[in-house]
Amino acid sequence: MFNQIGAVTMINLRSIPQRAGLSLATIISIALVTGVLLGFLAMSNGFRATLQGTGSESVAVMLRAGSQAELNSGLSSDQVRLIEEAPGIARDAEGAPLVSGELFVIVDGIKRSSQTEANLPLRGVGTQALALRDGFQMVEGRMFEPGTNELVVGAGVIREFSNFDLGETIRLGPNEWVIVGIFSTGGSVFDSEIWADIAVIQNLYNRGTGVQSIRARLTSPEAITELQAYEEGEPRLNLDVQSETDFFAGQAGGTAVLIEIIGWPLAIVMAIGALAGAWNTMYSSVDTRMREIATLRAIGFSGFAAAVGTMVESLVLAAIGGLVGAGATYLVFNGVSASTLGSGFTQVVFSFAVTGGSVLAGMIMAVIIGFFGGLVPAIRSAYVPLLTVHRSE
Amino acid sequence: MTSLYTLTDLSKGYTRGKESITIFEELTMTIPEGDFMAIMGPSGSGKTTLLNLLGGIDRPTSGSVECQGVRVDKLSEGKLAKWRSQNVGFIFQFYNLMPTLTAAQNVELPLLLTGLSGKQRKERVATALDIVGLADRKGHRPRQLSGGQQQRVAIARAIVADPKVLLCDEPTGDLDRKSADEILETLQLLNKDLGKTIVMVTHDPSAARYARRELHLDKGRFVEQVQEPAQ
Repeated sequence: MFNQIGAVTMINLRSIPQRAGLSLATIISIALVTGVLLGFLAMSNGFRATLQGTGSESVAVMLRAGSQAELNSGLSSDQVRLIEEAPGIARDAEGAPLVSGELFVIVDGIKRSSQTEANLPLRGVGTQALALRDGFQMVEGRMFEPGTNELVVGAGVIREFSNFDLGETIRLGPNEWVIVGIFSTGGSVFDSEIWADIAVIQNLYNRGTGVQSIRARLTSPEAITELQAYEEGEPRLNLDVQSETDFFAGQAGGTAVLIEIIGWPLAIVMAIGALAGAWNTMYSSVDTRMREIATLRAIGFSGFAAAVGTMVESLVLAAIGGLVGAGATYLVFNGVSASTLGSGFTQVVFSFAVTGGSVLAGMIMAVIIGFFGGLVPAIRSAYVPLLTVHRSE
Repeated sequence: MTSLYTLTDLSKGYTRGKESITIFEELTMTIPEGDFMAIMGPSGSGKTTLLNLLGGIDRPTSGSVECQGVRVDKLSEGKLAKWRSQNVGFIFQFYNLMPTLTAAQNVELPLLLTGLSGKQRKERVATALDIVGLADRKGHRPRQLSGGQQQRVAIARAIVADPKVLLCDEPTGDLDRKSADEILETLQLLNKDLGKTIVMVTHDPSAARYARRELHLDKGRFVEQVQEPAQ
């Protein structure tokens, strides 16, 4: 039986050039489906990886209870003092608690790609903020001087937004700032931010001594429970306390899921179109080879071998389409930097990530198209009337 | 001679819309082993239909087709396919070669249904191509061969699995006279030297003269004419 299937498959595959136009159309349509699906998955993966890559289990993030995002949170400096005294908080070599109260305001930046305005987060931080970001490093320039109108800018902002080059003076709202440094946190969400001295931001934006979030380094990941228990037992605190990992996973979820919600149905609708194309191609393949198939059957080949041969041809076309789509998506999109609106209503810069998992999903989809596109023609080839052997071409 | 085929009360008809068309009715005949029979008759007389019934690629409306004790008309599709592969070699008017395969690959096709090893298959293919005089063309594809050469490849394919009977449907219908004579001489050789039973449908009287006997099929009845084979 394997000999039969092998021979029929070889005959089918070698005859593909005779139907080059239709076969190519099928390959291209399946490649497009795979490409669109992988494009969306790459976007979703990249976005998720950026936000999830940001989190640390050893850092706690605290917002006003129920606020969910930094933007609508508001905390007093008293609450920062209370957290500094809380159990489970790590301290630096001098014994100072590693706690950072931070402000988060939105400013306008000009996107390089579209030259349109988009929201950028301007974060007010103190000196402890750096100790709370693993992998923080100044790529160029220096850190801002406290008490001055100096900014440091994340590497992602430089890539995606105009007018943030080192040494430039930029007007953000009513205020002018000087860019003195470019920092990186290894591709995390903080790379999409601009940082300045918290005291200056509080002053310029009339925030008094208030902050919007508190970050604290924990003595260990398990210390989060101690901190949560402390917050519950302290009536002057009204906070949501969670690990940074959990915080960003929650932030990533919504947008990544939204991208996938758009991507999958679009790919499925396109897949239905590609399926019709594959069906047409395979029907034509069986049609043009009716006499060949009937001859093989007359010689003694089984209908099953004829059906498998047709199915394999369909699957091969689909797999080629899938590989072309995946390869093109990888070459065009993988690692490409983009930005989109994150949960904090600000732009998050991320890189498209074409992962093995999403390539697998794309290939599975291509093979499913090939299978269903080839199914009816394969059944038809198994039942080609034997008397077709007498047909002239 | 022992009979290879026994046809008893064989009828074949079909319906087109509400109309019933009878091709032949209650045909009874035997075909002895080693025979070379030409079936002639006007268009629509049922020559090819009879060949299809002998080859098990069509089934009779009633009656029986028996080949060496096997009721061919009663075999299931699967068993019929196996029976064809072991007993019948087909030669068609339009050669029916696979255009993407070489001559050797075309000839090898029936052997893929046997348990022969690749080496044994190669040897058998070489022998078959040698018999039809195309040993030097084994790597050529059909489009690189003339009509006569293509039909000789088809003959090699038909004999390679050593079937008992060769069923030929207008084997020279698409060829010029010279090529036709070569093909008919090859068939005659296969009948005389290798003892193959040959049933050949043709409308060409000069082709029929290569056979041991001619059967004229007309209005569902046979008229037999025995003759000395052409030299």
